[in-house]
Amino acid sequence: MLQDLDRLGPVLAVLVAAGLIVLADLVVPRRREKWLAGVALLGLAASAAWMVQLIARDRQASYFSDSMALDDFTIFFTFLFIGVAGAVLLASLEYVERFGSHKGEFFALVLVATAGMMLLAGSRDLVAIFVALELTSITQFILAGFLRDDRGSEAAIKYLLLGAISSAVVLYGMAFLFGIAGTTRLVATDGGASIAGAIAAGDSGIRSALLVSMVFLAAGFGFKMSIVPFQMWTPDVYQGSPTPVAALLSVGSKAAAFAVVLRVFFEGFGADTFVGEDWKMMFAVLAAVSMTVGNVMALRQTNVRRLLGYSSIAQAGNFLVGLAAISSTSDGTALGASGVVFFIATYAFTNLGAFFAVMAIGNRTGSDEIEDYAGIARRSPLAALVLTICLLSLTGLPPTAGFWAKMYIFNAGMRADLVWLVMIAVLNTVVSAFYYLGLARQMYRGDGEPGEDLRPALTTQAVLVAAAAGVCVFFVYPIPLIEAAQRAVHAFA
Amino acid sequence: MNGVLVFTVFFPAVAAAVLMLAVPRDSQGQAKWLALMATGASFAASVVLVFAFDRHPGEVAANPFQFESQGTWIDAASAGFDVQFHLGVDGLGVTMVLLTTFLFVIATLISFGVTLRPKEYFIWLLALETGGLGVFTSLDLLMFFFFWEVELLPMYMLISIWGSGRKEYSAMKFVLYTVAGSAFMLVGFLAMGFSAQPDPTFDMVALQQSTIGDALLPLWVIFGFIFIAFAVKLPMFPLHTWLPDAHTDAPTAVSVILAGVLLKMGGYGMLRILVTLLPETAKDYGVWMATLAAISVIYGAVLTLRQKDLKRLVAYSSVSHMGYVLLGVAALGHLSMSGAALQMFTHGTITGLLFLMVGVIYDRTHTRDIDQLGGLAHTMPLTATVMIIAGLASLGLPALSGFVAELFVFLGSFDKYTLPTIAAVIGILLSAGYITWMAQRVFFGPRHERWAHVPDADQWWERVPMAALVLVIVAVGVRPSLVVDVLDSGMLNIVQRLG
Repeated sequence: MLQDLDRLGPVLAVLVAAGLIVLADLVVPRRREKWLAGVALLGLAASAAWMVQLIARDRQASYFSDSMALDDFTIFFTFLFIGVAGAVLLASLEYVERFGSHKGEFFALVLVATAGMMLLAGSRDLVAIFVALELTSITQFILAGFLRDDRGSEAAIKYLLLGAISSAVVLYGMAFLFGIAGTTRLVATDGGASIAGAIAAGDSGIRSALLVSMVFLAAGFGFKMSIVPFQMWTPDVYQGSPTPVAALLSVGSKAAAFAVVLRVFFEGFGADTFVGEDWKMMFAVLAAVSMTVGNVMALRQTNVRRLLGYSSIAQAGNFLVGLAAISSTSDGTALGASGVVFFIATYAFTNLGAFFAVMAIGNRTGSDEIEDYAGIARRSPLAALVLTICLLSLTGLPPTAGFWAKMYIFNAGMRADLVWLVMIAVLNTVVSAFYYLGLARQMYRGDGEPGEDLRPALTTQAVLVAAAAGVCVFFVYPIPLIEAAQRAVHAFA
Repeated sequence: MNGVLVFTVFFPAVAAAVLMLAVPRDSQGQAKWLALMATGASFAASVVLVFAFDRHPGEVAANPFQFESQGTWIDAASAGFDVQFHLGVDGLGVTMVLLTTFLFVIATLISFGVTLRPKEYFIWLLALETGGLGVFTSLDLLMFFFFWEVELLPMYMLISIWGSGRKEYSAMKFVLYTVAGSAFMLVGFLAMGFSAQPDPTFDMVALQQSTIGDALLPLWVIFGFIFIAFAVKLPMFPLHTWLPDAHTDAPTAVSVILAGVLLKMGGYGMLRILVTLLPETAKDYGVWMATLAAISVIYGAVLTLRQKDLKRLVAYSSVSHMGYVLLGVAALGHLSMSGAALQMFTHGTITGLLFLMVGVIYDRTHTRDIDQLGGLAHTMPLTATVMIIAGLASLGLPALSGFVAELFVFLGSFDKYTLPTIAAVIGILLSAGYITWMAQRVFFGPRHERWAHVPDADQWWERVPMAALVLVIVAVGVRPSLVVDVLDSGMLNIVQRLG
């Protein structure tokens, strides 16, 4: 038991830091509240340190009677979430002024949501998955409405209602799986009953029940992944919630949802079982629909954050191409699955960079309307450059990491014989080029007087540079990220 | 020598980075000199390459490429994703590299008058040069695709910020056409690489020794997909509609690059990838390509006749002239393809000069409307002379370079596609019509009161490019072997592939 708690240490460290912040918030004077972010960052650092020493001695563990896994997949996503949360906290230091005396709660909630995501990536039991899912969701409902203005409240209510429905749908799908397998464990390391075992040993008699279950699970998780047709909340929440929260949702929450989908479908349902082709085809169709709807809707947006919302729906469609192309070949490589993970990692840098740039600009101009972005490059060259690099990466143009991410995932799609899906995906790139490059162009417009200087705060500048550097460095030298992604999904094969 | 090629390709990009980081905002005047040094160094390196190039490598070697550099970029081969870095040139490639570096020196010079944010302008221009050179030197399909995409953003920014007229519309149209083409191209490349037997590969040299199977897509679909991308760039009727807009609204130097370098990427890709790697499929497509080529020539020429905007006139003439390239490729003969390649070279210099002169005229008169111009020869004798030399070269006057290229194409393709060739020859008549008519309306006739005081081309950075381009046009026209010798050694390999 104690050993299992040790394995949960990275999550616990984050939660403890969150608790400390809430307590310290009671005694810290109001103007010093910002310093609580330091506690949050320390908590994340402690979590990372704990993880590093766990890797050295306890990798590949399955603990809490197979409810949780400490495999390369969990490790990869734990570091990803720590990085995302750290970047969001640093970038939000300027933004939190808008929260008045609630800065401490904001930091604490971000940490709790992060802990939930870390749990989600490590869970391999339906109950644990559901608890982790709720932990992230509920904190994010609160975060979405943190500004307490009209738009924010509307976004939070919308997010909450749809989120509640999606939770119910997930539960329903899980109930079917439990009915078939008689257990909630996805895999059993002790040779006992498990969902993966039941499906592998099953025959066409349980096929219809499995189909229903996978549709419900995809619908429920699809809400978190923000894929069409479960995406309705995305643009409203991205527009209405505080920008750092939108950044967290668009990267962290989405990555966690894809992690859990990889776990449930790749590890649970299995790629080579008799339902393998079914769920791959389901994701292939969802991929085509998501990217097309997302891109076409993004064309008409006039607000940058709504545009990024629709863009994130389209990007989720790209991730799904990897899911549809999953196959475990004889030598145990899963090009599609590692493609999803690699894409998520590059997307983390890219989309965080984009949101932070939008935040840096919005902090100064007070507007997120695209028409107000005209000539921004003259007033805030750094933010404009970073946003341009990130938009290039989202389009999938060199010299950015997004180029390799798309190349990798299309490569996987072609190998899996999904030529039609790759075709739809590359044509969608054309549509996306229109609005991504249009926004980049808008910032470099104008030849008159530059207007007032909009230099962002030093911390914001640092995070912006870090994100853009990540996007560019992983273009020149992507191999560490690709290898990490391949190691991560190797756990499933 | 291999390092010289890498230097040629990447030095402009390095210079762009230096320009971005080292030149402060308030001393932007330095930007143009730095850009001139960078393009000049790249040009000098490419001249060295041409002289060092072995024109007679004995028998046609298994690998006709010289100055190769090869390495691994992304090594995840065990998981089925590896990307290599492979540069090298054959006779065709080295000619295109020479043309590109030469035209970029010209483009830099004629951009000396840019006053709007010159630093940014030259950064984009230098980035564009590396993109173009990369396309002409890549020996790997994925590298080729990568450089093909690199050139997009700089071109978009150059047209949409420093252009004129409906510049944003035209720039976006250019991007969307190109991206749509490259979307098809990527699928074609991936299908081609993965269905190569015995081993999947994207290396163009290795692909020449492989059989390309049709496991993923039928060969004619692969060919068609890749062809679309190149046909957009070339441009070929009916995919040409982006060209008149982009060329007209781009700044002068960028029009020169568009016509001289970017269009060539289409013709080069057809020869290097389609004909070389899918020779049998190319034969099936031959008659379609020849027909579309003839339509492009005639249609482009007819539209050119009707233009009232001087720059648009030159732009449409490109559609017509690039039709000869497609005709030469379609005939798949040694002579015709050499003609096509030579036509790419000569069109690059001739149309570059035409755009340069249009730029000079527009700079002085602030109009490109042919109806408003007239009698300019009185006040701008030098401009008129050079423009008319360029025009005569464009219509294929013997002793100027356009003549040789067109003759090669016609001689090479007449036997195989008689009707399309006759149609293309009619295109020459039309071009004689629009060039002389344009010259008459713009330069001759009575002295115009309104243009009585416009100065001639009087800046040294205008005169040097004019002289250089005229020199090249005359030299290649009188002694075609200057270019043909090198080109031909590259053609031998391609011809041999056709069996």
